[in-house]
Amino acid sequence: MKRSSLFPYLIWMILFIVVPMFLVLYYAFTIPTEAGSTWSLENFARFFEPVYLKVLGRSLRLALISTGICLLLGYPAAMVMAGNAFSRKNVLLLLFVVPMWMNFLLRTYAWLTLLERNGAINVLLTSLNLPRLQILYTNSAVVLGMVYNFLPFMVLPIYSVLSKIDKGVVEAAGDLGANPFRVFTKVVLPLSLPGVVSGVTMVFMPALTTFVISRLLGGGQFTLIGNLIEQQFLVVDNWGFGSAISVVMIVLILLSMAIMSFFEGEEKDVALW
Amino acid sequence: MVRFLKRSYIYLVFAFLYMPIAVLMVYSFNDSRSRGVWGGFTLRWYVELFQDRTIMSSLYSTLFIGATAAVIATIIGTLAAIGIHNSKGIQKKLIMNVTYLPVLNPEIVTAISLMILFVFAKVRFGYLTLLLAHITFNIPYVILSVLPKLRQLNKHLYEAALDLGCTPAGALWKVIVPEIMPGIITGLLLAFTLSIDDFVISFFTTGSGVSTLSITIYSMARQGIKPTLNALSTIMFTFVLVLLIIVNVRQAREERKERSGKNGSKKISPYRTEFGDA
Repeated sequence: MKRSSLFPYLIWMILFIVVPMFLVLYYAFTIPTEAGSTWSLENFARFFEPVYLKVLGRSLRLALISTGICLLLGYPAAMVMAGNAFSRKNVLLLLFVVPMWMNFLLRTYAWLTLLERNGAINVLLTSLNLPRLQILYTNSAVVLGMVYNFLPFMVLPIYSVLSKIDKGVVEAAGDLGANPFRVFTKVVLPLSLPGVVSGVTMVFMPALTTFVISRLLGGGQFTLIGNLIEQQFLVVDNWGFGSAISVVMIVLILLSMAIMSFFEGEEKDVALW
Repeated sequence: MVRFLKRSYIYLVFAFLYMPIAVLMVYSFNDSRSRGVWGGFTLRWYVELFQDRTIMSSLYSTLFIGATAAVIATIIGTLAAIGIHNSKGIQKKLIMNVTYLPVLNPEIVTAISLMILFVFAKVRFGYLTLLLAHITFNIPYVILSVLPKLRQLNKHLYEAALDLGCTPAGALWKVIVPEIMPGIITGLLLAFTLSIDDFVISFFTTGSGVSTLSITIYSMARQGIKPTLNALSTIMFTFVLVLLIIVNVRQAREERKERSGKNGSKKISPYRTEFGDA
C-alpha cells in the first residue's frame, strides 16, 4: 500500500485547515492601520474588559450547568440501558440517535411552541391547577435547549464503556462483601470514568460555543461567547476581535482536552460520540 | 418493581427527547398559521410545500451539497486513511493531530476560519465555498471511520495480492477496498448526515442566493416558522425512520439465519449503532 495516497488529503489539509488557522492567528494578533496592519495584543486586551469577561463568565456558567445536568440525567440512563431491564439494546441506542435526524434548528424551535405562554406545557399545567411555567427567553430556557440537544452525547459514550465492563468484576465485588453502593463507587464508577470524560467533553465544548440555542431560546438580548464571535464577523465587522475570542476559545478547549486526557488514561482513539 | 422504575426512567428520557418532534409533527397537520392554536386537521401544508419555491430550492441545495461533499470527502478521506495507516512516527502523529483539529475545534471557529480564507483568496461566496467547507469538515469523520477497519486488516493480504500478480493499484481496489467497505460506508453516511444537519459552518460560508434548509429555517425563525417546514421535516423524519426500521428488521432476520446454521460473514451495517471503536 502506497503512502502516495495521502497526497490529495495533505494538500487539502494544508489549504483548508492549516492556512485558515494561521489566518485566524494573524487577524487576532494584528490591528489594521492606515499603512496596512501592525502586530498588537490590543484585541486580547479588549477581551478582558468587564463587559466581555461577563459574557465569558455567563457562557462558562451555562455550559457547566448543562454539562452537570446532562451527567446527572445521562449516567443513570446509561446504567439502566447497560443493565438487564431491556432486552433489545440496539433499538434503545437507535432511539437515542434518531432525534438527531430531525433538523437541529427545528427541534430547538419546537421548544418555543412548547414553552410559550399558551404553549402545550402551560396548557397542561393550568389544567392541573398548577402555576404557569415562564422560562422562555431566560437562562433556564437556554440550559434546557443545551441539555435537550446534547444529552445523547453524554449517554452514548457512558453506555459504551458501561456495557463493556466485565460482569464478573462486579459480581466479585459483591461476593467479597461490598454493598451495592460501594460496588458502584469503588468498581463501576472508576471503570466508567473514560466514558464520563468523553461524554463531558462532547457536551461541554458545543455548549460553550453555541450561538443558535441562545439566539432562539434566549431571545435577542442574550449574548453568549458564540453570539459575540458571530457579531464580530457578521455585524460589527471587527475580524481582529472576533479572531482573538476564537483563539481564546481554542486555548480553553485545548486546555480542557489536556486535563481530560490526563484522566482518560489509555484510550487511544478520540471517541466520536 | 426496581425493573419497572428503571424502565419508566428511560421512557421519561425518551419522552423528553421526542416531545418537540411530536409537537412539530402534530403542527404540520394543524389548520392554523399560528403556533399554539389548533384549527383542525389539514393536509394543506403538504400541498403548499411542493409549491414553495424557497423551501424546495433549499431542499435541493441541501441534498446536492450533502451528497457531493459526502462522496468527495469519502474518496479523499479513504485514500488519506490508507496513507496514514502506512505512515509512521512524527509524520503520522502530525497528520492525525491536524486531522482532529476540525473535530475538536468549536464549529464556529472552523466556520470563521474558512470564511476568512475565502475572503482572503477572493473566492466568490456561494455553492463553491459551501461545498469546499462541507468537504473540509467531513473528511476527518471519514478518516476516523475507515482507520479502525484498516487496523483490523490482515497485513499480508496486500502482499499476497502483489505476489499473485496484481498491480499495486489493482490490489488496492480489489483487495483492500472491499475489506474496509463497512468503514467507508459508515464514513459516507456520517458525512452525508453531518452535511445535511449542518448550520453554523454553512451560515458563515454561503453567499447570496444560496441557502440550505438550515439557513432557511434560521432566517424564518424570527417571524415564525411556516407550517410547510414542519411538513417537510415530518416527511424527511418519517423517511429516515422507515429506512432504519427496514435495515434493522433485515439485519435481525439475517442474524437469525446465521445462527440457524447458514454460514457467511457477519455483515456490519452503518445503520447499526456500534459505538466504542468509532
